[in-house]
Amino acid sequence: MAGAALLGRLTWLATEVVDAVQETPRVRTLVLETRGWAGHRAGQHVDVRLTAEDGYQAERSYSIASAPGRPLAITVEELEDGEVSPYLVGEVRAGDRFEIRGPIGGYFVWDGTGDAPVLLVAGGSGVVPLMSMIRQRAAIGSRTPTRLLYSSRSWDDVVYRAELGQPAEGLEVFHTLTRSQPPDWTGYSRRIDDEMLGEVAWPASEEPQVFICGSTRFVDAAADGLVAMGYPPQSIRTERFGATG
Amino acid sequence: MTVGDMKLDGNAIGGLLIEIFGADLTAATGICASCGAQGEVATLDVYVHAPGVVGRCRSCEAVMLKIVRTGPRTWLDLSGTRTLQIG
Repeated sequence: MAGAALLGRLTWLATEVVDAVQETPRVRTLVLETRGWAGHRAGQHVDVRLTAEDGYQAERSYSIASAPGRPLAITVEELEDGEVSPYLVGEVRAGDRFEIRGPIGGYFVWDGTGDAPVLLVAGGSGVVPLMSMIRQRAAIGSRTPTRLLYSSRSWDDVVYRAELGQPAEGLEVFHTLTRSQPPDWTGYSRRIDDEMLGEVAWPASEEPQVFICGSTRFVDAAADGLVAMGYPPQSIRTERFGATG
Repeated sequence: MTVGDMKLDGNAIGGLLIEIFGADLTAATGICASCGAQGEVATLDVYVHAPGVVGRCRSCEAVMLKIVRTGPRTWLDLSGTRTLQIG
């Protein structure tokens, strides 16, 4: 069929779960083994397709958490009433199989290098593609000055908490916890606002590159705040997470 | 859930666009036919909950892209996009 030959140039690939790591009560990382996988760039995502026994299919996009050249891993947050994420977070086990296609994305990517400082701003599981960038930066020994401002509901909701607690040289991590904080908490305790951005973000005069990932509201608030600080809109790259999972 | 919650961006349809064009278009630069604003496909406001996919200009909210799929057929409407620079 001519139509079929034209479409479908991005092939669905059978993938096997080889490891599953519980990151937080609602977030899990799946390490995937995929024959024919071509490798990826930090910040890209994959589409996941699940097929039920009756043939019903559901597709969702998930960011890649691993650094390029490392075993492919995605990190998934379980969303209430989700169709795909409850299975990926709560049920799937090593040895289970589903399909993926990708890597996808040529805009929200950073190879970990560059002279200008980099600001990463994450809301919740929006940290996942930024973690791939952070891991890439560490893997290549990059000296690019980098700051991560990471907003979570509580300390227990911080994904990659241990790894982010030991940042590579030149990476600074700033947490804000919006709903509850441990007793001895010294970090921020509110939603990201202009005052917080003013304290954490590089001065606009240093011409930083920015990557923001989170919900639409989170991304808009962070981007608007940085533009108000004098950041050119073109220096801010954003990726919004959907409310379906 | 409000309409604002349902807004995504062009990153979310990267896979669909590769399916149609055979290349990653999220970094391609489009010019809005309505207001002339220029921006990467990734920066479009994208709604995927309609019967099809709708991509709107981030500056003026005009529809720049519509994709509707039924079974094996795909309809692509780019009449709201003046030019698309790829690569």
